[in-house]
Amino acid sequence: MENTFTENLDFFRGANAAGSARRSAGNRLLNVACILLALLTFVPLVSILILLLEKGLPLLSWDVFTQLPPASGMEGGGFGNAVVGTLVMVGLALVLAVPLGVLSAVYANEYAPNSRLAHAVRFVAKLLTGIPSIICGVFAYAVVVLTTGHFSAWAGGVALSLLTLPTIFLTAEQALIGVPKAYREASYGLGATTFQTIWRIVLPDALPAIMTGIMLATARAAGETAPLIFTALFSQYWMHSIQEPTASLSVLIYNFSSLPFAHQVQMAWTASLVLVILVTIANVTAQLAFRKK
Amino acid sequence: MARDSQPTEAGGIKVFRRGPDFFRLICGVAAVATVATLAWMIGEITWQSWPAIAKFGAGFIVNNRWMPSREIFGVLPFLIGTGVTSFIAILISLPLGLAIAIFLSENFLPPPIRQTIRFTVEMLAAIPSVVYGLWGIFVVVPIVREFGIWALAHFKHTPVLNTLFAPPAYGTSTLTASLVLALMILPTITAISRAALVTVPPTLREGSYALGATRWETIFRVLLPTAAPGIVAASILALGRAMGETMAVAMLIGNSTRLTWSLLSPSGTLASLLANQFGEASGLQVNSLMYTALLLMLLTLGVNMVGEVVLRYTQRQTAGIR
Amino acid sequence: MKTPFSLALVVLGLVSSSQAAVQLSGAGASFPAPLYQRWAVEYNKLHPDVQVNYQSVGSGAGIKQFTAGTVDFGASDAAMTDAQIAKVSKGVVLVPATAGSIVIAYNLPGVTDLKLSRDAYVGIFLGKITNWNDPVIAKANPGVKLPDMPINVAYRSDGSGTTFVFTKHLSAVSKDFADQVGSDTTVPWPVGAGGKGNEGVTALIKQAPGTVGYVEYGYAANNGLAMAQLENKSGKFIKATPESGMATLASVVFPPNLRIWPEDPTGADAYPIATFTWLLLYQQNPDAAKLAALKDFVKWGLTDGQKFAPELGYISLPASVVEKDMAALDTVK
Repeated sequence: MENTFTENLDFFRGANAAGSARRSAGNRLLNVACILLALLTFVPLVSILILLLEKGLPLLSWDVFTQLPPASGMEGGGFGNAVVGTLVMVGLALVLAVPLGVLSAVYANEYAPNSRLAHAVRFVAKLLTGIPSIICGVFAYAVVVLTTGHFSAWAGGVALSLLTLPTIFLTAEQALIGVPKAYREASYGLGATTFQTIWRIVLPDALPAIMTGIMLATARAAGETAPLIFTALFSQYWMHSIQEPTASLSVLIYNFSSLPFAHQVQMAWTASLVLVILVTIANVTAQLAFRKK
Repeated sequence: MARDSQPTEAGGIKVFRRGPDFFRLICGVAAVATVATLAWMIGEITWQSWPAIAKFGAGFIVNNRWMPSREIFGVLPFLIGTGVTSFIAILISLPLGLAIAIFLSENFLPPPIRQTIRFTVEMLAAIPSVVYGLWGIFVVVPIVREFGIWALAHFKHTPVLNTLFAPPAYGTSTLTASLVLALMILPTITAISRAALVTVPPTLREGSYALGATRWETIFRVLLPTAAPGIVAASILALGRAMGETMAVAMLIGNSTRLTWSLLSPSGTLASLLANQFGEASGLQVNSLMYTALLLMLLTLGVNMVGEVVLRYTQRQTAGIR
Repeated sequence: MKTPFSLALVVLGLVSSSQAAVQLSGAGASFPAPLYQRWAVEYNKLHPDVQVNYQSVGSGAGIKQFTAGTVDFGASDAAMTDAQIAKVSKGVVLVPATAGSIVIAYNLPGVTDLKLSRDAYVGIFLGKITNWNDPVIAKANPGVKLPDMPINVAYRSDGSGTTFVFTKHLSAVSKDFADQVGSDTTVPWPVGAGGKGNEGVTALIKQAPGTVGYVEYGYAANNGLAMAQLENKSGKFIKATPESGMATLASVVFPPNLRIWPEDPTGADAYPIATFTWLLLYQQNPDAAKLAALKDFVKWGLTDGQKFAPELGYISLPASVVEKDMAALDTVK
C-alpha cells in the first residue's frame, strides 16, 4: 500500500514537472487578477461611501433621533419618528417572513424534498425573485389598507414581508443544502429522530448562511420606498400605534431628496447615512452572534 | 433512515417522541402558508392584468408604442431595456462578485481584514435605491456623458459599434443604469457566493492540495463546482433584483418610450415603467402595468430555468460530493 | 433570536399608548406638498391637539385614495373630473388652496436673459427646433450671442400634474402640439430625456449645457436655474415672479365648481403658465371632531397660511379666490 501510494505521488509529480512551472506562474497570475478585480470593485464602493459621508455627516447629531422632520423652509429638526417607524416595520416584516421562510425551507429540504408542496413553494418563490417592490406594496394595499380603511404600520410590515419572503426562503434552502449529508447520516446512525437532527445538527450548521440571507433581505427591506408609500404612507409626528400612518427612513429620504430646499436635501443624506449605519450594525451583530463556533 | 416516533433509549430523550411529528406539522403549515400567500399575490397580479391580456394578447410584447391617452400599450422597448440592463449588470458583477467572494474565502489576508471587507461590501446592500440613484446622477452620469462624447466621435464609422453607441447621448442612458445596477447586485452575489464557498467541506480542499493541485486549480476544479448551487442561486437572486429594480433605474435611465439599440441613449425598463406610471395610472393603464409585472415574473421564471440547466451540468460533475 | 421579541415589546407598548389628538391624514399631489406640510407643522404649533399629515403620492394616486376613503382629504393638480366625483359616495368639495407657475429653465453658459417666443418654445418641445442658434429663437433675442449647440430637451418621465398643465398650455397655443403630443399627465414626447420628478429634470438641466426643460418655479428658483422669459397672449415677454403669477390668477374667471385652468391667460402682465392646485374635501364628514379640525385647518391655510406661499415658491391666492373658497368650505358638513 505504502509503495503504491508514494509511486502514485511520484507519478503525479513527474507527469506534471514540465507543467508545474507554468501552473505556478498561472497561479500567481490568477492571484494578481483576483486581487486587482477586488480592488477595482472597491473604487465605486468607496465612491458611494465617501459621497454618503461627505453629504450626510454635517447634519449627523443626536438631534436626528430626538427631533421630528422639519417642514419645508424650516431649519433644524431630525427624523426620530422615521427611525422608530423603520425599526418597527422591518421588525414586523421579519417576524412574519423569517419563520415562514426558514420553516418552509426546512420542510422543502429536510422533510419532503420531492413532494408537490415543496416544488410548489420553490416555484412561487422563484417566480417572485424579480418582482418590483411596488407590486408588494400594491398587494398589501389591497389586502390590508382597503380592508381596514386606513394606512398603517401593519400594512407596511406585511408589504415588506412579502418582499423578503422569497429571498429568505431561497437562501435558507441553499444553506440547508450546504450542510453535508454525512452530518445527517451520522445523526440518524446515532438514533436521533428527524426533528433532533434538524434542530440540533442541521440548523445550527446552516445558521450562518441563513443569517446572511436574512440580513441581505433586511437590508433591502429597510431601503425600499415603494412598498411603504402605499401602505404606511408617512407621518410627521411620533408614532402612537401601529394602526396609523407611520414614518419610515426610506420614505423620508425619498420625500426630502426630491425637494428644492437645500436643508431638506441634506437631511435626506444624513438619513441615508443613519440607515446604512443601523443596518450594518444589525448585520454585523447578527452574523457575529450566529457564526460557526 | 430517520426513525420518527421510536421511543429512544435511556438518556431521557423520551420527551421528544412526539416532537418530530409536531415539528413536521409546523414546517408543513409554514410551507402551505408561504405558497398560499405568494400564490395569492401572483393570482392577484394575473387577475388584474386580465383585461389587458384580453385586449392585447401577445401583441403587447411586440408592440412598441405606449400611449396612455389613446389606450395603446406595448412594451417592446422596455422588454429590450430590461434584458440589456440586466444582462450587462450581471456580466459585470458576476466575475467581480465571485472574485471578491473567492478573495474572502481564501486566506490571502488575515481574518480581521477579511471580515472588515466583507461587512463593507454587505454595507452596500443597505444603501437605499434612492441613494444609488442620487450617486448615479452625481458621479456616473457625467462620466458616461464624457465617454459618450468620445465614443460617438470614435465609433461613428465602425459597423456594429456605431449602433451600440449612437446619438442622442445624454448622460442618463441604458449604460448608466446598467453600471449602477451592477453595483447594486454585487453584495448579493458576493455574500451568497462567499457563504457557499466557506461551507465547502474542508476535506475537499485538503484532499485537492494533497494531490498536488495549486490554489487556483483547487478553486476552479473543486471549490467552484461544489459551491455551484449556491453561486447559481446567488446569480438568480441578483438577476431578479436587477430586473425588478425600480427607483434607481427610473432616476438614471432617461425614461424614453422610443425603441433604441444605443447604450448611450435614454430608454426604459419594465420596472421603471411601472415605477413611473403606477401612481397616476387608472383603468386600462393599470391593467397594462399589471401585465408588465406578469411579464417580469415570466422573465424571472426563464432565468430560473437557465439556472437549473447550468446547475444540472455542474452537478453531473460533482455528484455525491457532499 | 432576541431582536424580534424586543421589537414586539416596543410595538405592544406603542399600541397601548395613545393621545387624545385629532389626526387628519391626506395624500395627493406632490406639487403643493411642501406648502401643506409646512401648514401642518405651523398649525400644530398653534393647536397642539391637531396633527395633520400630508404625503405626496401624485394627483392620480391622491384621487384614488380619496375615493377609497383611506384618507381624510386629498389634493390634486388636476382637480377631479365629473366622472371621478360621481364615484365618491360622500360627495366632493373642491377648494383651490394655492397656485404656482411652471417655468422653462435652461442651461446656456453666457446667456442670462433668454426670451422665448411662442413659436420658439413650442418648436423646441416638438423637436422642430434643434439648435440654440436657430433663427426663430434669435428673432426674440436681438443682440444676444446664441451658441451653436444642440438643444437637449428634458421632460418628466413620471406621470405628473406639472406635465398636465404644461402640455395643456402648449396644446392651447399650438394646434400641432395638440395633435402630435396632446395633453395628459404622461405624453409621448418626440425628443429628449426624461427625469424623475421635478428634481430629476432639474438635475438634467443643471448637469449638461444646452439642456432645456420645464419645472415648477420653486425648483428653478431654489436651484439657481436660469428661467426663460415667455411670450404671453398679449405679446409681452414675462419673467416668472410672484407678481406675474398673481396677475395670471387675477385674470381667471371661476365657474361655480371652482375648476379652471388658465390655459392661455389674457392679462397683459400675466405669466403664461400657471395653475391652481385643489384640496379635495368630503362634503359629508361623519366624525364631528375631525370635521371641526379639518375646516379650521383649511380656513387657517387659506388665510394665515398664505404668507408661507411666496417663501416656498408658490403664488398667494388673490382675495377674490379666498372668498370663493370660504363659501365652498361652508358647504362641508
